[in-house]
Formats: sequence, C-alpha cells, structure tokens
Amino acid sequence: MNTINHHWQRFTLNQKLSRYAVYLLLILSLVQSVRTVEVIPEFFFDAPEQMADLFARMWPIDFAYYPISVHDAMVETLNIATLGTLITLIFAIPLALMNASNIVASPWSHWIARFFLVSSRSVNSLVWALLFVAIFGPGIIAGVLAIAFRSVGFVGKLLGEAIEEINMGPIEALQATGASWMSILLKGYWPQILPAFFSIVLFRWDINVRESAVLGLVGAGGIGVVLNDAMNLFEWQRVSMALVAIFVIVIVAEIVVVNIRKRLI
Amino acid sequence: MSSTQSFLEIKGLKKEYVVGNPILKGIDVTINEPGIIAIIGPSGTGKSTLLRCINRLIDPTEGEIIFDQSDLCKAKGQQLRKLRRQVGMVFQEYNLVERLSVIENVLTGRLGYMSAWQAWRRKFSQQDINTAFELLEAVGLTEHAAKRADSLSGGQRQRVGIARAVMQDPHILLADEPTSSLDPKTAVEIMELLERFALEKNIPALVNIHDVTLARRFAKRMIGMSEGKVVYDGGPEGITDDHLKQIYGGESWLV
Repeated sequence: MNTINHHWQRFTLNQKLSRYAVYLLLILSLVQSVRTVEVIPEFFFDAPEQMADLFARMWPIDFAYYPISVHDAMVETLNIATLGTLITLIFAIPLALMNASNIVASPWSHWIARFFLVSSRSVNSLVWALLFVAIFGPGIIAGVLAIAFRSVGFVGKLLGEAIEEINMGPIEALQATGASWMSILLKGYWPQILPAFFSIVLFRWDINVRESAVLGLVGAGGIGVVLNDAMNLFEWQRVSMALVAIFVIVIVAEIVVVNIRKRLI
Repeated sequence: MSSTQSFLEIKGLKKEYVVGNPILKGIDVTINEPGIIAIIGPSGTGKSTLLRCINRLIDPTEGEIIFDQSDLCKAKGQQLRKLRRQVGMVFQEYNLVERLSVIENVLTGRLGYMSAWQAWRRKFSQQDINTAFELLEAVGLTEHAAKRADSLSGGQRQRVGIARAVMQDPHILLADEPTSSLDPKTAVEIMELLERFALEKNIPALVNIHDVTLARRFAKRMIGMSEGKVVYDGGPEGITDDHLKQIYGGESWLV
C-alpha cells in the first residue's frame, strides 16, 4: 500500500529566520538598556540591609496616631474618591452618548467626544492634581477635580462601548410605537445598559479610592498628605500606620464593590 | 372610518438601499378591508422592507403611502411620531425590552402618547394600566405580569409583543414574520390572536409570512411578492401552483 508523505511545516524558512532575528533583537535591547540605567552597585547590593533597617524603624506601628490625624485623612480620601466619581458622571454620560454610533450618527460628534475622552485619559491623575493645586491651591477641591477629570475618559469610553453593544431590536420596537427620542433613551437604552453602568462606575470608584490615597503627595488632600508629612519628618512608625490604613481601606472597597456588583447582575 | 375611505394606500413605492439596485420596484397596494392580509414571498424579496417603509423604520426612496389622510413618506418629527403610534408592529424576534417586566413591556405601547418626563416616572394613566391588564388576560399571560420579559418562552414573548402593538390602539397592525421562530402549534395560536385583534378592532393586519399553508388558513387576502414586485393580489382560494412557482421559483417543493 502506498502512503503519500504530506509535507507540512508551521513556518517557512524565511519566517523562521525573521523570528530568530526578533529574539536576537530583544536580547540586544535588554543588554543595552541595562547598560544605560547605570545601576550603582553599592546602593543596589545594600538594598536588603536598608529594607530591614526601614522595617525596623517602622515597627511597632504607631496606632495611637490613628485617631489624631489618620482617621480624618482617610475619611477625606473616601470623600475625594466618591465626589470625584459623581462629578465624573456629569461629563462622562453626555460624552458617552455622543460617542456611541447607535445614538448619534454624526462623525463630528464622535470626534468631539473622542477628543475629550482621550485628553482626559492621557493625563495621569497626579498631573491633573498638580494642575488643580496650582489653580485652586492645596486641598480637597484639587483632589476631587483631579479624580473627576481623570475618570471622565475611562467611564465615558467604557459606557459608550456598552451602549454600542446593546440589542437594537427593542429600540426599533419603541421607535415603531411613536415614542420620543428621550423616551426611547429612558425605556429602551437605559434598562439595557444599567448593569454595565453600575459595574463601570463602581469599578472606577474602586480605582479612585486607591488613586486618591496618593494625591496628597502633591498636596491635593487626603491620606497622602499625612503620609508625605510623616516621611519628610522621618516618623516611620506613623508612615507604617498610614500605609496599613490605606491597605485596609483598599481591601474593604474591593469587598464592597464585588458584593454590590454580584447583586446587580 | 367611513367605508369609502381605505385604511392604507401604497402608490408606486420604491426603495433602493444601493443606488440603481432597487429592492422594491414600484408597489401599488390598497387596503380596504379589516382582517389578516398575508404577504408571501421568498426571503430577500422585500417583504420586510415593505412593512418597514409603512411605519418608516426604513425611509422609502420614492412613492406615496397614504394613511390617516396624510402621506407617511413625507412625515417628519412630531407628525411622524403621531402617525407611527397608529401603526402597531409585531417583530420576528419579539423585540421586547428584556430587563423590564411583562406588564411594563405592554405599557411601552403607550410611550407615543406620553412625554419622556411621564415615561421616566412611569406615570401611565389608570385607563392605560387597566387596558394593559385586560390585554394580558386576552393573550393569556395574566399570571406572568410581574415577571421579567427574558424569563418567558418564545411564544409567550410574541404574545407580549402583540399586546404591546394593540396597546397603541392602532389603525393598522404590521407583523414581520411573527411565527418564523416558533413551533407549528404556537404559530397557529399567534395567528389566531392576530386575527382576533384585527377583527375586534376592525383593522387590517398585514402579516409577512413564508408558510403558505398557514397564510391560506388565516388570510382574507394574499399578496404574493417576487423580486420587489407584487405578482399576485387576491383571495387565498385564487392562488394556484403556477402562482407559487412564479413567486418562489422551482416546483420540487410543491407536493
């Protein structure tokens, strides 16, 4: 019996060669970048020692400091995150509607919305905070606005995508009943995007709690201010108190968000 | 409505999705009688486009659709919405708002008569609420009123779809392949419901359907379409195998 030997290879010779070329290039660039960062060996090799020293200074944690100053700062941090997320919605919802091609057909509207969404996302919240501290002075307002401006891009983009993914059948049916544009939005679009809406907003709130914890480093209020001051004064036991507080609040926020989201879907 | 006036007059209706490639090539149909009027024809022949032109979910390219003494083809904005609420539509895929309750889906048939502000606060009039429950009873879904629409079966969903269309208090019903996603028994029940509402309200129901037997059983009048044109228009008894061959092409499927 004759069997025919079929020839099969995943890659051709040229493809193989170019793949090896890419590997080689990766290794070369890794070597090159290690050479440019100029690691100072003395500093690098005593790192474990320094770390042990730092932890020794941080211990025991100064729990007595919590009621004095950490508690109020933590509440402030939560306020910044929550207010910032709420203010975000004022801008993000109209932009999401303008960006969704199944709501507004005009490419002009898409470009305008995209411009604002992208510019919001391309600036880090710390940079937004620096800007707003310069405008409003140090404090909560700068923090709230920094969080709000950074979140607009995130919430607006994801919400716009959620709107574009809905089933257009019910929308068509409501059009056929003679419903107005606004009624269709409320009774056709809204029920369909509701789970995604809350999921996105809660997720962003969760991120904002973490982000607002560092905003204080540039003077925009919250626990970051306490952390920064304690570090500048070398009060390491207070630094560890602030870090533990941030860690606890992030975990609690995560648990809260997961539970609410479970109930919504 | 007086007997001299027709329910619907379609004159020279054309639709081109792509310029120079018409899907409807001049449709002339006048609807004078209440009851089920079946539109039969193969897929892609423009049955769906024809129905969607009537309530302007699709904008026709040319022609006139006279309904309630106005030309639907020229209606815009407020006037179009007022005309649309007189036209009830039933869809193949039911098109219910899945996350809303069954009763609220029926009530959405009244959205054309309400402001968005009222719709948002769910301020349906007592009369509307009564009508909605009566309709749910008529389609046999009273005990499902508070359930979410996505918990119903296909046949039940289509009943809700019909109740929603009738809730509009329409002067005409359109049904786009209302039975195609359903089993034969449910399909007959849905046709019976459409017939019952059409006769009760004394309005015509234009039904796109590709099941010729089912169409013959319920229709008072049948319109056969082929390649964007009406090739048969008359009683169900007048439709012959020759007509069917002309409409669908081939003959091996005719037993």
